[in-house]
Amino acid sequence: MSLSGVLKRIAVSLITVFLAMLLTFFLLRMTPGNAIDAWARDFATQRGMSLDEAYRQITAMINYNPKEPIFTQLGRYLGGLLHGNLGMSMIYQNVSVNEIIANALPWTLFVLSVSLVISFLIGINLGALMAFKRKTILDPIISIYAILTSSVPNFIVGILLLVIFSFQFGWFPVNGAYDPIVEPGFNLPFILNVLYHGALPILTYVITTIGTWALTMKGSAVNVLGEDYIVAASIRGVSERTLMNRYVRRNAMLPLITTLAVNFGFMLGGSPLIENVFSYPGMGYYIGQATQQRDYTLMQGLLLVTSLAVILANLASDLIYAKLDPRVKLEEG
Amino acid sequence: MSQGVIEFWQTMYRNKKAFSGMIILALFIFMAVFGPMLATLDMTVNFEGRYESPSFAHWLGTDYGGRDTFLQLVYGSRDVLQIGLFAAMFTLVLGFVIGAVSGFAGGKTDTVLMFITNLFLTVPSFPVLMIVAALVQIKNPIMFSFILAAWSWAPLARAVRSQLLSLKNREFIIACRIMGLKTPYILFREILPNLTPYLAINFIMAAQGAIVASVGLMMLGLAPYSPTNWGMMIQLAVQNTGGIFNPKGYIYLVSPIMCLGLFQMACIFFSNGLEEALNPRLRT
Repeated sequence: MSLSGVLKRIAVSLITVFLAMLLTFFLLRMTPGNAIDAWARDFATQRGMSLDEAYRQITAMINYNPKEPIFTQLGRYLGGLLHGNLGMSMIYQNVSVNEIIANALPWTLFVLSVSLVISFLIGINLGALMAFKRKTILDPIISIYAILTSSVPNFIVGILLLVIFSFQFGWFPVNGAYDPIVEPGFNLPFILNVLYHGALPILTYVITTIGTWALTMKGSAVNVLGEDYIVAASIRGVSERTLMNRYVRRNAMLPLITTLAVNFGFMLGGSPLIENVFSYPGMGYYIGQATQQRDYTLMQGLLLVTSLAVILANLASDLIYAKLDPRVKLEEG
Repeated sequence: MSQGVIEFWQTMYRNKKAFSGMIILALFIFMAVFGPMLATLDMTVNFEGRYESPSFAHWLGTDYGGRDTFLQLVYGSRDVLQIGLFAAMFTLVLGFVIGAVSGFAGGKTDTVLMFITNLFLTVPSFPVLMIVAALVQIKNPIMFSFILAAWSWAPLARAVRSQLLSLKNREFIIACRIMGLKTPYILFREILPNLTPYLAINFIMAAQGAIVASVGLMMLGLAPYSPTNWGMMIQLAVQNTGGIFNPKGYIYLVSPIMCLGLFQMACIFFSNGLEEALNPRLRT
C-alpha cells in the first residue's frame, strides 16, 4: 500500500465529511423559524427577561440565528463545529448535544459491534460448511432461512422478540441499557447487567444478518474451491479439515471484510428503529426522540456524528483491506 | 417479439419460486385495486365490539376500537402499494438519468455527479428520512414516495453508470454518434431498451425498499396520515392500544406483519425469477 494512495483516500473522506456538514446545515435551515420564536417566549417568561434578550441567549446556545444572512449562518455553524460545539438540545434543556452524544454513542457502538462480530463469525462458518457439504440438507435450510429473514424487516423481528421474551415470558427487560441499582464501572454485576439489557437488540441484529453472511460466504468459498491451489492441495493429500480451515476459509473471508463496514453503516442507519423498539438509549433512540419532539439541534448533531461514523468505518475498511490483501492497490479505487 | 414473450412466461412458469411470487404479488395488487370497491370499511369506534375473535362477519376479528382488522388490511394495501409503485418509479427515473448522464458525459460532469452520488451513499439514509419527515409534513402517498426516492437513487445511479461505460463504446452507439443523433435520443431510444431487464429488477427491489422504509417511518409516528397503512397499524398496535401487552390484540399486531412479510417475500422470489428469465446467462 503506497502512501499517496492512503493520503488520497483520506482526502476523499475529508471532502465527504465537509459535504456531510453542509448537508446537515441545509437540513437545519428547513427548520420553521417559529420554533425558535416559541422557545424564546417560553425562555423569557421562565427567566423573567425581555424577549430580545431571550432570543439572543437562545441563538447563542444553539449557535444558529435564522435572521442572519445565510453565509454568516454557515460561518457560525462551521466555526462551532471546529470548536466541537454542537449547541444545546432544545428538548433536554440545559444539556448540550455533545453530552447526549457522548452518553449515547457507546451504547450503539457496543450493540452494533457485538452483533456484527457474532453474526460474522457464525455466518462465515456456516457459509464455509455450506460450500463444503453442498449435497446435504444444510444448504437449502440456510437459503430458506436467509430469504425469510430478509423478507421481514429487522425492527419487526425486534417487536416479535419483545412481545415474546419480554412481555409474554418476562425473561428480558423492556427498556434501558442497565438497571439503576448497579454501579456503572468495570465490575462484574454491571457488565452482566449491560449484557442482559443488550441481549434482545443484539439477538435481533444477529438473527436478521446471519443468513446473508452465510450466503455471501458460501458464494465466495465456492469460488475459492475452484482455484488450482485447492485442487493441488487436495491431491497432495491435505486433509479436508485443514483444507477448510487453513486454505478456503481464510481466502474466502477477505472480500467479506470490506462488507463489514458497509454492514456497519447499514446497521447504524437502521438503529433508530431497533433502539426505539427496545427503548435502548443509543444514538438511534435519541434521533427518534429528537424527530418526534422536533429538537432541531439534537437532530443535526446526531445526523452529523452518525455520518462521520459511517465515513470512518468505510475509510478503515478500505485501508485494512489493502493491508490484508496485497493484490489490492489503493490507487485503482 | 411474441416468441420472446412466450419464452418469458415459460421461464417464469418453470421457476416455482418466481411463479409463486408472481401469484402472491398479483393477489396483493388485486386486493389493493378492487378490495376497497367490494367492501366498505367503517372506522367509527364501537366499544362493544372490541377485540372480537375471527368470525364470518369479521374474518380477522376486530381491533381495539371494534373495527374490522381484515378490511383495514385491504384498505391499507392500497396505500402501501401506491408508495411502493411511485417511490420505485421516482427512484428509477432519478437513478437512470443521473447514472446515464454521468456515464455518458464523462469528464467533469461525471466527477461531480459521482461525488454527489457517493455522498448520498455514505450518509445513512434512514436517519435523514426521519429528519425530513419531521421537517416536512407528509400528507399523501405521492409526497411520501418522492421523499423516499430522493434518498434511494444513489446505488442505482452508480450501477447504471458502470453499465453505461461498457455500453457507450459498443458499435451501435458509436454509429449513432457518428450519425449525429442527439444525446437524449441515444440515451432513451438506444441505451434505455438495453437496460430494461436490469431496471425491471431494480424496480421491484426499489419498491420493496421503499415499503420497508415507509413502514419504519410510520412505526416511529413520523408520517401519521393514514390509519390503515400497515406500518401505522403496527404502530397503533405497539404504542397506542397496548396490543403487545394485551394478548387479545395480538391478531391486530400480527396480521399487518404477516402481510408485509408475505409481500416482501413475493418481491424477492419474483425479482429472482425475473433476473433468470431476462438474463439467459443465469439459466442453468
